[in-house]
Amino acid sequence: MANVLVVAETKGNEPKKIALELLTKGAEIAGGLGGELSAVVIGSGVAGAEGKLGEYGAKKVYVADGAAEYNSEGYTKIINEVAEQAGAAVVLFGATSAGKDLAPRLAARLDAAFAADCVDVQLEGGKIQAKRPVFSGKAFRTVTLDADKCVFSIRPNSFAVPADAPGGSAETVAVSADFGETKVKLVEMQESTSAKADLTEAERIVSGGRAMKNSENFAILESLADVIGATVGASRAAVDSGFAPHSMQVGQTGKTVNPSLYIACGISGAIQHLAGMRTSKVIVAINKDPEAPIFQKADYGLVADLFEAVPKMEEEFKKLLASD
Amino acid sequence: MNIVVLCKQVPDTESRIKLSGDGTDFDMEGIKWILNPYDEFAVEEALVKKEAGQAEKVTVVGLGPDRIVEALRTALAMGADAAVHVKTAEGYIDSLATAKDLAAAIKELDCDLLLAGCRAIDDDMFAVPSMVAELLGVPQINVCGKIEVGDGKVTAHREIEGGAKQVMEAALPAVVTATKGLNEPRYASLPGIMKAKRKPVDVKEAGATQNKAKGTSVSLPEERKAGKVFEGVEHVAEVVRLLREEAKVI
Ligand SMILES: Cc1cc2nc3c(=O)[nH]c(=O)nc-3n(C[C@H](O)[C@H](O)[C@H](O)COP(=O)(O)OP(=O)(O)OC[C@H]3O[C@@H](n4cnc5c(N)ncnc54)[C@H](O)[C@@H]3O)c2cc1C
Ligand SMILES: Nc1ncnc2c1ncn2[C@@H]1O[C@H](COP(=O)(O)O)[C@@H](O)[C@H]1O
Repeated sequence: MANVLVVAETKGNEPKKIALELLTKGAEIAGGLGGELSAVVIGSGVAGAEGKLGEYGAKKVYVADGAAEYNSEGYTKIINEVAEQAGAAVVLFGATSAGKDLAPRLAARLDAAFAADCVDVQLEGGKIQAKRPVFSGKAFRTVTLDADKCVFSIRPNSFAVPADAPGGSAETVAVSADFGETKVKLVEMQESTSAKADLTEAERIVSGGRAMKNSENFAILESLADVIGATVGASRAAVDSGFAPHSMQVGQTGKTVNPSLYIACGISGAIQHLAGMRTSKVIVAINKDPEAPIFQKADYGLVADLFEAVPKMEEEFKKLLASD
Repeated sequence: MNIVVLCKQVPDTESRIKLSGDGTDFDMEGIKWILNPYDEFAVEEALVKKEAGQAEKVTVVGLGPDRIVEALRTALAMGADAAVHVKTAEGYIDSLATAKDLAAAIKELDCDLLLAGCRAIDDDMFAVPSMVAELLGVPQINVCGKIEVGDGKVTAHREIEGGAKQVMEAALPAVVTATKGLNEPRYASLPGIMKAKRKPVDVKEAGATQNKAKGTSVSLPEERKAGKVFEGVEHVAEVVRLLREEAKVI
């Protein structure tokens, strides 16, 4: 059976956008292979996600509700068992921090063909062809997954999700969330305090560079970000100067992001920064130096002092959104 | 305790990437090769542990064609004791095939702690160390910014989604991957470079593992065209209008 299983991440019991992207692509692959599409959700309080997952094409949703804190070994075990139960030949993950952790483990366990962080996936003669960025997005390599089992992950925001769900409903299959003893044990967990989407999954990002001068000034970026539902990022210069934590760094040695809108404030546009954000659909640069290299990559550039431009931009977005 | 560190040779971040004539692979002519920066963190961590008296020996292991010995020498010059070169032909090798050959080489070594970079900056798979751990059947902790060893176990701090943090613990042997912030890798000193020339590099032929993810073609992204640039803060409203009407992203 060439069934397809999507590992669907949720926030509470609300599927994340990446889960819907995976289902949209998964439905296409399942259709092409003549298999069935199912999804698995794991966590605590995830029951209820089935509704929306069904509307986006899952015929069955395996629900492992009541799972302990994230543990890659434990979660891989559950996914492996569900993949077997679902007769899955293809397993899809989001290239999120969990997906990057889980997918290669599962691939090794299943002795599957594997590709990470794909931005385009197609069926060619019954085989999956996956296109993925290499050399920090300077080029792409397309691979053909040539094995009985295939595991791959998709970079968030690579595929459009129809605003109106295609419709449908899923059969719910409750599975055990008890993964038992693991070799790696959790000693301590510090939950994220941010309600915003993780940078790697964010659809909109406002980033600040060295020009922010201090961490307090990031408040103007947070404020702008709140208005447009964005997550705040930073350049390495801002991180190394102590203005922002490393978890906010975008670039070669930070996060790779793929938003539809990236607003770079006081960032020069070094090649290592571009490495992390060059696939953004639309780039806006605010920089007071008209010669800054970022202007060569930006769709819209504004030569201005960011401390004047950012609050003004927030006002303009507010006006625009209020008129909707 | 013996530490083994996975070391991959990758193109320098400033390299210009070119396609081969037939478009099936990259043309690596003229590339400046370096040790993967994330593997430098792993090597440094191993050396720190050795200097603290927590480890006896640091062995580095790399898979690839002959040129990769240079990256292994870099790690030896930093202070690693010995190297293993798992020799392959030039050409694309997928993560699982790489992991299988590396796991086979590591099995022959006395390894209590396997350190690696969390990602290689060329293929960016975040995969090989997890796969090696699965193949060896040992515990594994990914993307760590702090690693402590003692009492036959390893404790590692990792950052997960949205800045959340986890502290994980596992009995040795285990696989742990390094990320930025773990340490500041040292530069190889001149005496270090001289000494590295005399350190042993054990060569092993890779098995005949086939790629399951077969490289079919390569391509370059479309050049981003320079867009519209406005001078002066008075154009903010215009930019916002274009984001809605032209770019349709808001
Ligand atoms: C191995 C390696 C890895 C790296 N990894 C990363 C990475 O992951 N991410 C990353 O970002 N960098 C990375 N870098 C660093 C990178 O090379 C640059 O040094 C860095 O991106 C510069 O950050 P910046 O643009 O904030 O600072 P700068 O280059 O100093 O630019 C600041 C900009 O702000 C502008 N400016 C100043 N004041 C104002 C104002 N009031 N209003 C508007 N504009 C103003 C200036 O004109 C300037 O263009 C890496 C470097 C190396 C060697
Ligand atoms: N060919 C290789 N030789 C040695 N180590 C490797 C090789 N490929 C990957 N690794 C290790 O695995 C890590 C992650 O690589 P990747 O999964 O390719 O992103 C790297 O930082 C290396 O430590």
